[in-house]
Amino acid sequence: MKPSAFKYVKPDSIRSVLEIISTNENVKILAGGQSLMPMINMRFVLPDVVLDLSQIPGMNEIKFSGESIKIGAMTRQREIIESKLLIKNCPLFVEATSLIGHRQTRNWGTIGGSLCHLDPSAELPVVARALDAVIHIESIRGKRKLAVADLPLFYMTPAIEPDELVTEIEFTPWSAGHGWGFFEFSRRVGDFAIVSAAALIELERSKTVCRASLVLGGVGSGPVRCKEAEEILLNYSEPDLIEKVCDSLRNIEVGGDSQASTKYRRHLIGVMTKRALRTAFERAQQPVIS
Amino acid sequence: MTDTEQISTISRVSLEVNGVSREVEVEHRLTLADCLRHKLNLTGTHIGCEHGACGSCTVLVDKRARRSCLTLAVQVEGASILTVEGLAEPNGDLHPLQTAFHNNHGLQCGFCTPGLLMTLMEFLSENQDPTEDEVREAISGNLCRCTGYQSIVGSAIQAASILRQSR
Ligand SMILES: Cc1cc2nc3c(=O)[nH]c(=O)nc-3n(C[C@@H](O)[C@H](O)[C@H](O)COP(=O)(O)OP(=O)(O)OC[C@H]3O[C@@H](n4cnc5c(N)ncnc54)[C@H](O)[C@@H]3O)c2cc1C
Ligand code: FES
Ligand code: FES
Repeated sequence: MKPSAFKYVKPDSIRSVLEIISTNENVKILAGGQSLMPMINMRFVLPDVVLDLSQIPGMNEIKFSGESIKIGAMTRQREIIESKLLIKNCPLFVEATSLIGHRQTRNWGTIGGSLCHLDPSAELPVVARALDAVIHIESIRGKRKLAVADLPLFYMTPAIEPDELVTEIEFTPWSAGHGWGFFEFSRRVGDFAIVSAAALIELERSKTVCRASLVLGGVGSGPVRCKEAEEILLNYSEPDLIEKVCDSLRNIEVGGDSQASTKYRRHLIGVMTKRALRTAFERAQQPVIS
Repeated sequence: MTDTEQISTISRVSLEVNGVSREVEVEHRLTLADCLRHKLNLTGTHIGCEHGACGSCTVLVDKRARRSCLTLAVQVEGASILTVEGLAEPNGDLHPLQTAFHNNHGLQCGFCTPGLLMTLMEFLSENQDPTEDEVREAISGNLCRCTGYQSIVGSAIQAASILRQSR
């Protein structure tokens, strides 16, 4: 359980990160280390060079331009939970992040690391998908944007090249007064969720749904957006709506593993979705306090 | 620096441990946990799993609780580290948190204790009057195979009360 030998570098600019990752083989980017270090210790990952991002100025900023919110890739999960800007404009982010791991891991784990590690049960990819977030990526070849929807290639494999660096994620917050809910089930506090559900709701005249987003985690290799359920939610206001939505989730492809069988996961999808939607509805119905 | 060919796999690292400035030569792959135990002879920090699951290696890095098995020693250049050895007074008087563990039978074999103490040091500095549930959430990342946690939670609650009175 000891890492293999490697070289450690701590560049102080994005430019120098990009040069190092483009000219050297087998460089591993180290953010919070909460997923990478276990794999290095277990020698599942054998890097030649470990590149620490913690020295780069400005990579942990949370900014609101009035239109969109940008979160730097090196923003620690703890900083997300404590961000007044996010608590006010995107409480879904804060609620979900507070369920990640434990205080010791949230102190150091980053949003960029969560998205790049892409555990199927991770909270942040689910939230980012629910918000239609976009990831900003840089390499020596240039800059590009990637929708979170297109991030997962397959199991724990993001569509990011070895010479690319994730610099920030960007999304447009929902209108003031929107409702949100994030629920997950894990066997112990801080464990990876078996199934999670994120819901966002916007109501017209506190009654009919005019906008909805529903995403499940722990079900496929990446976050699963429930488009059919969102369609059902739109423009309906009858009381058995949530039941109907849960019915529509029966067709979603669900995998089973040593953690939980397909049947159990299916059951949890219903329970978590109901809780997330009910909570989102309740919150959307409350008057806006500015 | 673009070409990493020239870089060595060993560095000198300066850090402060329990208020004392130290300088150590470390292989880049050496974890902070192993550095504390083997280079600095501070064996109070325990290593249970070496992959972030048990919390027994928790120390404070610049006042923030951190798993030292998931941290490289080279990463903490210039940082200030607090380990369990830094809790008691130089004359041996225990820290109120340690006293509370002592009074409440907060440990049996003691393997998990250094990690729990360091985690609670951070937690109690942020929450002076926690509920039992809040304590349980705070220590969710620390495994104990002996106590069943009840006495640890009791210790934390009593420590909070002693610390409040001494403020
Ligand atoms: C006990 C424990 C419990 C946990 N529980 C949960 C949980 O419930 N939910 C959850 O989601 N996570 C959980 N985690 C993992 C979480 O803590 C990590 O923070 C997260 O998965 C990775 O973030 P990081 O900053 O630590 O990234 P690292 O571990 O440093 O990196 C992860 C991967 O991303 C790459 N990477 C990082 N940043 C960038 C970047 N900017 N550009 C390109 N590539 C990059 C790295 O090269 C690496 O491959 C847990 C971890 C532990 C130890
Ligand atoms: S030894 Fe570090 S968490 Fe177990
Ligand atoms: S006292 Fe033995 S592991 Fe906690």
